[in-house]
Formats: sequence, structure tokens, C-alpha cells
Amino acid sequence: MAMEMRDLPKKETKDQMLTIVQAVNDGMRTLLETDDRIMLLGEDIGKNGGVFRATEGLQEVFGADRVVDTPLSEAGIIGASVGLAVNGFKPIAEIQFLGFIYPAYEQVMTHVSRLRMRTMGRYTVPMVIRAPYGAGVRAPEIHSDSVEALFTHMPGIKVVCPSTPYDAKGLLIAAAEDPDPVLMLEPMRSYRAKREEVPSGRYTVEIGKGKRVKEGTDITLIAWGAMMPVVEKAAEQAEKSGISCDVIDLRTLYPLDRDLIAESVQKTGRAVIVHEAHFTGGLGNDIVSMINDTSFLYLRAPIERVTGFDVPVPFFALEEHFLPTPARVVQAIEKAVHF
Amino acid sequence: MTENRHKSIGLSDETAVEMYKTMLLARRLDERMWLLNRSGQIPFVISCQGQEAAQVGAAFALDRSKDYVLPYYRDMGVVLSFGMTAADIMLSGFAKAEDPNSGGRQMPGHFGQKKNRIVTGSSPVTTQVPHAVGIALAGKMEKKDLVTFVTFGEGSSNQGDFHEGANFAGVHKLPVIFMCENNKYAISVPVEKQLACEKVSDRAQGYGMPGFTINGNDPIEVYKYVKEAAERARRGEGPTLIETITYRLTAHSSDDDDRAYRSREEVEQAKSNDPILTFKAYLKDTGAMDEKMEKAIDAEITRQVDEATEYAESAPYAKPEDALTHVYAEEQ
Ligand SMILES: Cc1ncc(C[n+]2csc(CCOP(=O)(O)OP(=O)(O)O)c2C)c(N)n1
Ligand SMILES: [Mg+2]
Repeated sequence: MAMEMRDLPKKETKDQMLTIVQAVNDGMRTLLETDDRIMLLGEDIGKNGGVFRATEGLQEVFGADRVVDTPLSEAGIIGASVGLAVNGFKPIAEIQFLGFIYPAYEQVMTHVSRLRMRTMGRYTVPMVIRAPYGAGVRAPEIHSDSVEALFTHMPGIKVVCPSTPYDAKGLLIAAAEDPDPVLMLEPMRSYRAKREEVPSGRYTVEIGKGKRVKEGTDITLIAWGAMMPVVEKAAEQAEKSGISCDVIDLRTLYPLDRDLIAESVQKTGRAVIVHEAHFTGGLGNDIVSMINDTSFLYLRAPIERVTGFDVPVPFFALEEHFLPTPARVVQAIEKAVHF
Repeated sequence: MTENRHKSIGLSDETAVEMYKTMLLARRLDERMWLLNRSGQIPFVISCQGQEAAQVGAAFALDRSKDYVLPYYRDMGVVLSFGMTAADIMLSGFAKAEDPNSGGRQMPGHFGQKKNRIVTGSSPVTTQVPHAVGIALAGKMEKKDLVTFVTFGEGSSNQGDFHEGANFAGVHKLPVIFMCENNKYAISVPVEKQLACEKVSDRAQGYGMPGFTINGNDPIEVYKYVKEAAERARRGEGPTLIETITYRLTAHSSDDDDRAYRSREEVEQAKSNDPILTFKAYLKDTGAMDEKMEKAIDAEITRQVDEATEYAESAPYAKPEDALTHVYAEEQ
């Protein structure tokens, strides 16, 4: 029980080509191997290996005591994880789809995020909640929600959202090491989209730090998770008409990487923010405010936002009309550049 | 000759055969959906297969001219009994504009059709349960003598919504029938890992209502229990919890591979008790249906399924701008 986190021996740290979902799996495997206090809880995560196969093979190796198939009850999963965390364990709870966190929303809003504060730090809840999110896989109502703003709004919980296999594993391990609760949103539609080299063994990606994925001078594009491929495609297209894009993958949605955003916008003087969540109350608004606070006098055009619409994520036959597309992003880029 | 159990509870041969037809239609539509899914024509299927007897037996025991049903995603047998058509089902499978459930907004299997008092549900399991309680309360306030019938899986009976709904109905003695379709799995998780009590029906006691565990493969038995529950409800004696023991003959859905968590022998064993086959045999043994009728029913159902498929396939999708409608009352 008292086994501390430790780095794996060097010999094991060779790279492997993994998808995002495999990287998440590898991250949990690494955590289970190196920290006895890690436990996984969720629906169908054991024998079945998770409906997306994120926990595949883990119960076989680490046993049903550490990789727990819970009853079908999200409030129970998150509430029990709070109890585990309070008693010294480090639970990683899987919510099958982000849209199924609502029965547990009370636990998140009233306990996960506040326990530390109301006990003046005597009790803490270092736990991770993992949830696939977002549309674009023709999954219907509720299965396609992208409601990160419901959580970034609530102080006391951090929110991360990787867009690459490397970041997925690194952020997961960082989340598990964090002294506070972290919600990790996993872009369902990118789960198997591409492979990338991922080191085996333990490494972290710092929470709170975004990443510049493309250097440019004319306009800043800001996105995360499943919108990264869309934005990167748009940047390529804009490039063809001579517009040079500085592309930022936020990676952490709370706390935001204020320095990176400010530095980029002060250089380019323009910004487009892209998210698939609804327009009103979306995280884009907080980023606009942050740019106002840090970089208002550098701006050469109003900040553009390309988002989902203010309707519940619609039916799968029409989801392409809901989700931001490279074409919509290019339009916004041109609008800003030709302002 | 097999004992005629349907006559003894007041069911005519015609009605018993009608029940069989409805079960078979549900089965054949479901099978067709899988074929369409595997050939890439519809995105998703979630099946009724193995649970048709419980569904149709129960629905036939209700007053189909005034009661309300709040089905869960497997309940094709319930909604077909309550007036949904084969074409309606296929339109939802293809997510076409004319789909009566939601104009293609929801998963196939997430039923709702106002004219037939099939109340819309959604993907988060068990959330329909308290709605049934409220509809029953409204009916009681207006002295409408209606019963509400709500279903859910055994895994779903762990959600707070079940417990809160059942308790509310118990306290206020509301005319609700809670029916659990216990198919022994919640996706991959077997019932032993879901429930600490032996039976879902044990939970009734905590909410002041009678609870029964019955054979969900036998539509006659299910009919009998649901009929009695409906009568109790109409007499003002309150809710009932009925657990029907069934088996899910397919994978959880078209996105699931059940070989990862249950043996083929177990599934084969369950198939030998397939309620479609056992009820057919029963009807023939009791003389309610003969070879000729059986053939005619088969042909008729194949024709219905073909027609429904063709109709839905060629029906138009919703227009892109439809994605933006119905969020609020539309301006005139
Ligand atoms: C709140 C919520 N959590 C998770 C899911 C994902 N999910 C869909 S069906 C299902 C299993 C349901 O099992 P059971 O209640 O036994 O019904 P069955 O499918 O076996 O008929 C799960 C976990 C969901 N739909 N809603
Ligand atoms: Mg079940």
C-alpha cells in the first residue's frame, strides 16, 4: 500500500506507436504498475475492457479489486471515488460518455470540486474522471455532448483535453499526480484517428500548459481536442492563400494558458477560437475575455468564434451541419484578416 | 395436448395469435435492422430480441386506448402493440425526417409517439421512470382512470431515478406499473455484479408495493401479472413492480461484441428457449394456430418488413436547417 510513485526502469522506456485510446490505456497501465493507490472504476471496464476499449486487458493484469466493474450508477461511481480519494486512494473513474455524467453532476459540483475548500485542505479529493466527449461519430442524442464549460465554470476541478496520443498519456499521468481533481475529456472521434510515438513508462504533460502546434504570424487559431484536426486543416487551406496561422492546442481548459494565448495574439493581432460546444456560455467566451484583458491594444480585428450552435447536438444525419468544419474556420480566418 | 392457459385467463385464440404476430413482427424488424446496419445503411441497432414475449404480453394487458407507456430502448414489442407501425420503426432506423419518434433526432429504439401515448425517453437509462410517476399523478388528479407502464433493464434499476420514482409512486399510491426486463446483463456486466439483492423485485418492499419475479419468456404469464397490476392500479391500490426474466439474444448493440464477456454455449442455450419459438409451439399445441396460419403470418410479416424498409430507405432526410428548430416554441 505504501508503495510510492516511481519512474520505471530506463530499459522499458522505448517508444511505441499508439492511438489516443491506446495511449490512455497505456497511461492507466503505467499508473497501475507504479502506484498501488491507483484504482479504476467504471461501467463495463473490466472483462469487457470498456466500451471504447480504453481499459482493455487491465483487469486481467491488475485484478478485479483494482479495475472495478461498478453497478450502473454514475452518482455511485463518482461518490465512491470521492470516498476512496478521501481515504488515500487515487481513483480514476470512467464515465462511459460525457453525457452520462449528469446523474453524477451533483457529486462533482457539490463535493469533488469543494471538499478541499470547505475543510480548509484537511480533506482533499485527488481523483481523475475520464470521459469520452463530442460528436462526429454518428452517435446520437446525449452521446455527443461537449459540455466542458459546465466544468470549467466550477472552481475546484481542473479540466484537460488532449488531442494527441502523446498528450493523452502525459496528461492522464499528470492528472493522477495532481493534488486536485481533474476531469479528462477524451475526443471520442479522434480515439483511433492516428498513431504517434508514445514513450512507455512514466512521463507527464504539465497541466495548464497549451502547445503551439504550428508557428505563424497573421492570425492565432485556438482549439482543443477533437477540433484540432479541423483547425489544422483550416490552417493548411489558409496558408494556400498566403495567410500564416499560429495554431494553439490548449490541452488544458482550466486553468487556461494565459501566457501562451497572450503571447500569440500579441504577435498576430487576430484570433479565431474554435469549439464544438454551444456558442452561448462556451469556453470561447472566457478566452475572448482573457485576450481583452491581456492584449486588447494589439488587436487588429474582432476575435472570431466558430462553434456549435445553440441547439442540443442534433441527430446524426445532420451532425455535420452542427460541427465546425475547416470551411467555416477558413471563413472566419478570412473575415478577421480582411477586416 | 398442452394445457390451454390463455383461455383460462380470458384470452381468446385470436388475441393470443395477435400477440404472436406482434412478437414476430418485432423480431423480424429487428433482424432486418441488423442486416441494414451490417451493410452500412443504418448507423445503429439496439435489439428487442429475446424480450418480445415480456413486452407484448405486458402491453396487451394494458388498456391500449388510454394507458400510457414509457418504454426503454428494447421495447419494440411494446410500441408495436401500442400502434407504432413497421414503417415508423424503419424511419427511425434510417433517421429520416418522417420518423415519428423524433424526426431522426434520436437513436433507433428511443421511442415516442404522442398520438399513441408512447412517451418519449432519452439515452440516459432510467430517466423515464419518474416521468411515469408524474403522468400517473396527473391522471389521478383528473380522475382519468389511467395506468402508466414503465420499463427498464435490471442494471438500470440501480440508478437513483428508479428508486426516487418508485418511492414517490409508493407513497402516493399511484397507478404505475414498473416492469424490469431482466436480461441478465447490463452490456457486459452480469446481474450478480449489479444487484446485491437476489431479485430486482425484492426492491418493491422498500417502496411499499408488491413485487413479482416471473418468466419473461412466457407472454401469457406476463399478461396475467400485468393485468392484475393494472387492475390494482385502477382500484387505487397503487403501484406494482414486476421483474420479467429474459435473455438478451444479441450483443448489447451493433457497437458491442459480446464474445468478450459471455460464452457461446450460454447464448445457444438461451436460444433454445427463444420465446418466439416456444410461444409458436404453444399456440400450435393448443390448436390456436395451425400450419397454414403460421405460413400466412410469416409471409405477411415478411411483406410488411420489406415494404417498411423500402419506404424508409427512399424517404427524405431532414433538411440541414431542421437541426436548428424546436429548441424553443417557434415564432408564429
Ligand atoms: C446514465 C447512463 N449511463 C450509462 C449508459 C450507457 N448504457 C446504455 S445501456 C447500458 C446497460 C443497461 O443495462 P440494463 O439496464 O440491464 O438494460 P439492457 O440493456 O440489458 O436491456 C449502459 C451502461 C446510459 N445509457 N445511461
Ligand atoms: Mg440487462
